[in-house]
Amino acid sequence: MSVGDVPILSIIIFLPLVGALVVAILPSAYTRPAALAFALLTWVASLLLLLGYLPGRPGFQYEEVASWIPLFGIQYKVGVDGLSAAMVVLTTTLTWICILASFKPIQNRIKEYMIAFLVLEVGMVGVFLALDLFLFYIFWEIVLVPMYLIIGIWGGANRIYATVKFVLYTLVGSLLMLVAILATAFAFQSATGSWDGAFDFVRLREFAASPTGGFSDVLQLGAFLAFFLAFAIKVPMFPFHTWLPDAHTEAPTAGSVILAGVLLKLGGYGFIRFALPLFPDAAQTLAPAIIVLSLIAIIYGAIVALVQPDLKRLVAYSSVSHMGFVTLGIFVFNEQGTQGAILQMVNHGLITGALFLLVGVIYERTHDRTIAKMSGLAGRTPVYAAIFGFFVFASGGLPGLSGFVGEFLALVGTFAVSPAAAAIAALVMILGAGYLLYMFGRIVFGELSDFLAGLGDHLTDIEPVEILTLVPLATLVVIFGVQPGLLLELVQGTVDATVEAAAGGTAIAIGGEVIALIGGLVLLGVLARIGWALVHGESATGPASATAEGGAAH
Amino acid sequence: MSLETLAPLLLILPLAGFLVTALIGRRLGKQAHWIPVLGVFVVWLIAMGLVVNVLTGAAPLIEGSEETHGYAIALFQWIPAGEFVVDVGIYIDALTACLLIVVTTIGLLVHVYSIGYMSHDPGYWRFFAYLNLFMFSMLLLVLSDSWLVVFVAWELVGLSSYLLIGFWYRKRSAALAAKKAFIVNRVGDVGFALGIMAIFINTGAAGEATLDIRQSIEILLHEGNANPIPLFVVALLVFAGAMGKSAQFPLHVWLPDAMEGPTPVSALIHAATMVNAGVYLVARANPLFASAPDAMVIVAAVGIFTAILAASIAMTQTDIKRVLAYSTLSQLGYMFAALGVGAFTAAIFHLMTHGFFKGLLFLGSGSVIHAVHEEQDMRFMGGLSKKIKITYVTMLIGSVAIAGIPPLAGFFSKDEILGEAFKLHFEWVWAIGFVVAGLTAFYMFRLMGLTFWGEFRGPKAVWDKVHESPWVMTVPLILLAIPSVLLGMALGLPLGDSTIHHWLEPVFAEGVELLGHEEAAYTLFGIDGMLILTSVGIAAIGIAIAWALFGTDLAGLHLPARPERVRELSARIPFLYRASLNKWWFDELNHVLFIVIGGRLAAAMWWFDRNVVDGTVNAIGRTTMEAGVGLRQVQTGRVQNYALGIAIGLIVMAGSYLLLAGN
Repeated sequence: MSVGDVPILSIIIFLPLVGALVVAILPSAYTRPAALAFALLTWVASLLLLLGYLPGRPGFQYEEVASWIPLFGIQYKVGVDGLSAAMVVLTTTLTWICILASFKPIQNRIKEYMIAFLVLEVGMVGVFLALDLFLFYIFWEIVLVPMYLIIGIWGGANRIYATVKFVLYTLVGSLLMLVAILATAFAFQSATGSWDGAFDFVRLREFAASPTGGFSDVLQLGAFLAFFLAFAIKVPMFPFHTWLPDAHTEAPTAGSVILAGVLLKLGGYGFIRFALPLFPDAAQTLAPAIIVLSLIAIIYGAIVALVQPDLKRLVAYSSVSHMGFVTLGIFVFNEQGTQGAILQMVNHGLITGALFLLVGVIYERTHDRTIAKMSGLAGRTPVYAAIFGFFVFASGGLPGLSGFVGEFLALVGTFAVSPAAAAIAALVMILGAGYLLYMFGRIVFGELSDFLAGLGDHLTDIEPVEILTLVPLATLVVIFGVQPGLLLELVQGTVDATVEAAAGGTAIAIGGEVIALIGGLVLLGVLARIGWALVHGESATGPASATAEGGAAH
Repeated sequence: MSLETLAPLLLILPLAGFLVTALIGRRLGKQAHWIPVLGVFVVWLIAMGLVVNVLTGAAPLIEGSEETHGYAIALFQWIPAGEFVVDVGIYIDALTACLLIVVTTIGLLVHVYSIGYMSHDPGYWRFFAYLNLFMFSMLLLVLSDSWLVVFVAWELVGLSSYLLIGFWYRKRSAALAAKKAFIVNRVGDVGFALGIMAIFINTGAAGEATLDIRQSIEILLHEGNANPIPLFVVALLVFAGAMGKSAQFPLHVWLPDAMEGPTPVSALIHAATMVNAGVYLVARANPLFASAPDAMVIVAAVGIFTAILAASIAMTQTDIKRVLAYSTLSQLGYMFAALGVGAFTAAIFHLMTHGFFKGLLFLGSGSVIHAVHEEQDMRFMGGLSKKIKITYVTMLIGSVAIAGIPPLAGFFSKDEILGEAFKLHFEWVWAIGFVVAGLTAFYMFRLMGLTFWGEFRGPKAVWDKVHESPWVMTVPLILLAIPSVLLGMALGLPLGDSTIHHWLEPVFAEGVELLGHEEAAYTLFGIDGMLILTSVGIAAIGIAIAWALFGTDLAGLHLPARPERVRELSARIPFLYRASLNKWWFDELNHVLFIVIGGRLAAAMWWFDRNVVDGTVNAIGRTTMEAGVGLRQVQTGRVQNYALGIAIGLIVMAGSYLLLAGN
């Protein structure tokens, strides 16, 4: 089947919306199968897109353009390149997995839940395919609403606080981004004298890259900072990450999966697609600072993960650490770094998504996520333990599974710019093994804990449907681990374009001393603040007992 | 079909064995060993065929080389990331062949032994699945020709080691030991990973970015090549990886704890094969190290220090497996000392002989533990020579071999290390190694005395049930005893111009040339003979002291154990005794550093995250809300107030417009 003459992108974007309407109209009995059917249809459509996509060609494919608000040159314009193809397929895959995984856990307001999830998919896919900045912004905001509802209605005990925080935090960033989008459009209009193309990403990128043109330094800096804030909050980068543990902890399982799997990627995608190509000079100027923030996120996220008493919080902080590699890889402006960043985005989506699903499996049976209460699952639920172990090691960057390649490429790219920065980031190999094996060893090894033993027959091994949600993820983790070339080939065009846009193909040089100095100062500040707190008698030890067996030696 | 085309089976068979057994092993129950054991047997056959071809020169010349016979087989491309290309291929030269002998032979024997040792374990199938995963990983490690693929295997052997140490997962101590092993190894791996990146960047700077081991070293050493990362640093980073895997100080702490795993695992992974990976890596990269002499000195120092540190601890341990574990550390230290002084061949020679006799000793200890009802504490053993004869005799052979008594295997390889160290003017390495030789003989015969001689000190009920192990366990012991006796003579003779030197000469030629050793002629009645006499002498003294203190029952020689004398002697050197007993407090130090201080720091950082980072966010939120509450006062609902506001606003706007326009 050829996808050349049908508006495949619009179909992928709006099929879930049709699904949401159908689900709304159909009687409640059909809610689940109908929602799953539309999610699967969308998935199949996205796979057809992937098959039809030609990786070798530069630029965007399957472009669709329709005039929308001609007065300001705003268009409905969508198109796909390797990066967006990969992200779209990731999204559609995780969406049907999430819907399937929600069949059992979600028992009230099922219809509303499924509608919210399908609308969420519209927003996410739209973000990855939009080539008009205004359209991009609309989709970006569409994502917020269903997510707000998913956490706020189907979440845990503290869901209102978490979801309001999530929405407000994200809104702050995105409103500034809207201002930046408008400012960019105005600047384009005043430079070219026409609104034509003022929101068109392709036109804007050409303008930004043209040797005579480009945006003024002031506009670049301001707009980049606004974009940066929006994307940094989404990624999330240190110190804008604190909404994430709350949102993850309170969200229902599928909400956490989609949050970690796709929503965080919106930030990384935004950096690569928009912030870098449109404002390359500002990106260059701010790169050292962003690299330092990424390093802090990588190390700090991992260290804080070491002392988490709650399974979901632990995985949430590990996300902060892992996503640090995405921003690190992007802002070293070389081929390996960008490749690593993109691979890391996909792999983190697969692996962390699976980890949240696995935490959900346990939560379904225990209604608890406290690590200290659990142990000995290997004896009682061996299949679960084996699958959990698989994803734990995948997350820990075991070579042969997909997590390794992305992180290693990002590290190689970083090493080329600053060996010191790479050395700092590489420490996560130790810390990551620390928190992952602490979690895995605690809940899987040992004798069955009293708490779990008290559950009796409720504590069953993982069920076929639950396995079904994990099998596609595990398969992809193995495939991309052994043949990362499949993914690398797909995104090569995007990588080339990004590297070229950012640095004209030459690597920037960041002295190791700079990294060490800034990093050291930040660390010193953190330590000083901690010290101050300690002196003033505030308890900073927290659940130190949780670490008693969490570290390297015992 | 040539043998070469079968080479990929060395990797495919164990991997397939792992996958099949992992998926359907549970249903196979007590038959689960067939697929893994047969797979490894075929691997052994193929490996032996390849090894013979390579070592006899029947194998073709490697492309681009004039003297290296072997095989270089490209398999597939793994990562095609622009310049960063990683190809997976098999490379077999004499060095790989030496490792293949050790890995496949001991691997096969341990597989067979496990059929007996693990027969009553409910996780029987799981054990064999893990063993095959390990074989795959280890073979990938020695066969691979790319740095990054070696790193992959490096991590995979770490995974198998983790799974096998934690095999009895219900035991908290086993789970913790597994975690500790993995994490401590990861410390070294960070160095190794950075080393690989440095190699990539250095070769890239020369315009030929590659991760192929031989090519990259060639480029790195190419004259006039400005390496952005100095070779000294690169060598040390690679060595960091070797230190982790081969458990060298200060990363040695994981290996003794790894004894929590089943004994066949200790024999295979933590004595004979995986822990040799570091030695192999440094030997493989010998030209790189040879061109950074300062790094070599560090290698030698770390090695010989580990040797004496571990030997000093082994003297007082009471757990039979822990004595052997510290002994392994010590012997690995010898190998690194040999590498560091530039005696590459001696290091690999010792790697091979040690693999066999230490594998034998571990499997023997497993047979002992089996016999005395899973007891590992030697204080509750004794007199076992009367009941478990095969185990006793084979372990005695192993002990004589490791003690360095001629003509058993350990004598030749250890003596070559000491002799080379002395002749290459690393007198300090020789001196420490000389002391270690004495300590080794002492602790091994202390072990023999406590275990096999004298009277049984455990419960009578246990003694009555002591029995020899089944044939699947004793046959591997006997088969391992043969190389423990003969391998030294087979490879180490004639002295000064030995077989193994002929084998490995092409591998180490470049390294030796870079070091510029002047090879003194071997003189049995000169300096070399003197060195042999002294090292045999010190070993004999060590054995004699052990006999005097812990007794013996050896062919007509009967000495009683004298525990009171031991107590008296240890009371005379209380500090040294306690230090040895407490393993020089490294575990305690690590506990304070990483658990207490590190844990506090992590907890403090989390506090910082909640109260400062998130506190700021919440404070902003609260302030905004309070500002909203405050501003609400303005909304009074009275039209007059709004009208006033509009009026004031208009005036301000008009005024500012006039002012600005006026300017």
